[in-house]
Amino acid sequence: MITLLFLTSGLFLGWSLGANDAANIFGTAIGTRMVRFRLAAIIAGIFVIIGAVAQGAGANETLGDLGSVSTLGAAFTVALAAALTVFWMTRLSLPVSTSQAIVGSIIGWNFYTNNPTDLGVLTKIVATWISGPILGGIFAVLLFMLLQLATRKVSLHLIYKDVITRVGLVIVGAFGAYSLGANNIANVMGVFTHSIQLTPLDFDWLVIGSKQQLFFIGGIAIAIGIATYSKHVINTVGRSLMPLTPEAALIIVLAQSLVLFIFSSQTLSSAIASIGLPPIPLVPVSSSQVVIGAIIGIGLYKGGREIKLNILGSISLGWIATPIAAGILSFFMLFFMNNVFKQEVGSTEIKRILQTETEPGSLQKNRPITYHPDSLQNDSLANL
Amino acid sequence: MSIIFKHARQLVVEIDEFINTAEKGVLVFKEGVLNYLNNEKESFADKISDIDRLEATADRLQRKIDDEAYQHSLLPQSISDVVSMLDRVDELIDIAKDNLYLFELELPFFPENIRNEYIRLTTTSVEAALCVIPAVRTYFREPVQVRDMLTKVYFYESETDKISRNIKRKLFHEMHELDLAQKIHLRYFALHIESISDKAQELADALTIMALKINI
Repeated sequence: MITLLFLTSGLFLGWSLGANDAANIFGTAIGTRMVRFRLAAIIAGIFVIIGAVAQGAGANETLGDLGSVSTLGAAFTVALAAALTVFWMTRLSLPVSTSQAIVGSIIGWNFYTNNPTDLGVLTKIVATWISGPILGGIFAVLLFMLLQLATRKVSLHLIYKDVITRVGLVIVGAFGAYSLGANNIANVMGVFTHSIQLTPLDFDWLVIGSKQQLFFIGGIAIAIGIATYSKHVINTVGRSLMPLTPEAALIIVLAQSLVLFIFSSQTLSSAIASIGLPPIPLVPVSSSQVVIGAIIGIGLYKGGREIKLNILGSISLGWIATPIAAGILSFFMLFFMNNVFKQEVGSTEIKRILQTETEPGSLQKNRPITYHPDSLQNDSLANL
Repeated sequence: MSIIFKHARQLVVEIDEFINTAEKGVLVFKEGVLNYLNNEKESFADKISDIDRLEATADRLQRKIDDEAYQHSLLPQSISDVVSMLDRVDELIDIAKDNLYLFELELPFFPENIRNEYIRLTTTSVEAALCVIPAVRTYFREPVQVRDMLTKVYFYESETDKISRNIKRKLFHEMHELDLAQKIHLRYFALHIESISDKAQELADALTIMALKINI
């Protein structure tokens, strides 16, 4: 029960992610009445869960490398700080991304617990934030050129084009939802994977581990966000963010989905590494910023007259402001959690003990480890 | 999914049929006026019944297209433009039918020395309509090409205006043998024939904007 209570901050983060980011996938399709909201919400909900469970582990590992939030109280606080940052910055109409908020929040935890922040991992993450929109722009231009070529070669009747676009928007939307789940589930549940160990579900033919179960729960939270609130976001924000034709929306969503997929696919990363190239970093990226990158890419390709340069400025501001705001908030909330609510929020010592317990060759390596805030508190007190 | 494609296929067939019907209607109008001017009464009567049938078919198809498109939310972004464009196509055949009936009802008398001008007026005015109808077809398949196809429409419309002006000048300045009532009557028939090219121009204007809107 206490686990579920602590998990609420992550679920809230998942809900807001679903509510906000579904607009990037199905916003134009619904706004232009090409796809009905009910169908879009069902498809997005199902595929976001599949993506989270099937492919969510990759990006999660990178966040873990940045900071393994080791106690449930800390995970709750870190996720809540990220969620409040997203909420607060959205209220102030500032550009915000869940990915950047959670990274800032984890760094805040690192600072509070005196855990060193791996600058190599941080550089990798920040580089991905910058390369995500750029890659989105490149993909969008390539797909746009491909569509133009196809349109010139095949003169389809407007009605057939409409039907094909409609089917395309549904398929690409499903892929987009899958990639969103795969890439962004780490933002929602990543901080909990080190502090919550659920009993694996064994169905003989399939064993669902603790992480997958957490990702499934997080996926459901995202799906609920899509079903309950994304329509409102699409109606108020979606259309003003992307005043696009359905054909252009198809390209933008496909470009965004490809970028999110690339930065979350372990198989693809391993395949790249196997041919001697540097592996693709598996990092949660902001779907909204990739979408903006894709739109700017098409704008540049068309001559660059329609580009609003202040959008680029606002993205850069988001890269800096969001992690800093989330980090500061996380630091102070951890202080309150630790000193006012007397919850263990982790320390260098605890991290060391945890690592020792799971080291290969350790006597207890095969013992399922279940940590509870109380037991962790006792352990750490004993070690002190 | 196959149901959506089935509806789409049906709608494409109906739109093509509707455009063909309108085109035939305009051609029948032209032949009907020429029959009247050449005093071919039987052929003229045939054309009256032909255009009546074609206009009814066009109306039925137009209603069906509107119903199908709205019912299955096809072309949600451009449906209002498409419906209003098809309405303008329907206006072409409507006006052709009304004008042909005016010949039958009012039995205007065309003196020999102005008959050729009326033949030219009819041919040129109808040519404008015959140029805009293929552009309507092209709008559905290659919207990029539409603008180029409309140049002829504007040319024939302005030619029609010139011929019509010449007819009016001739009627009121040179043909003193005619009563004022006759002159006014013939002037109205020039206006009726001219209205076909005017409608074609209106349709061309709408098509130009629609084609620009649809190109991504």
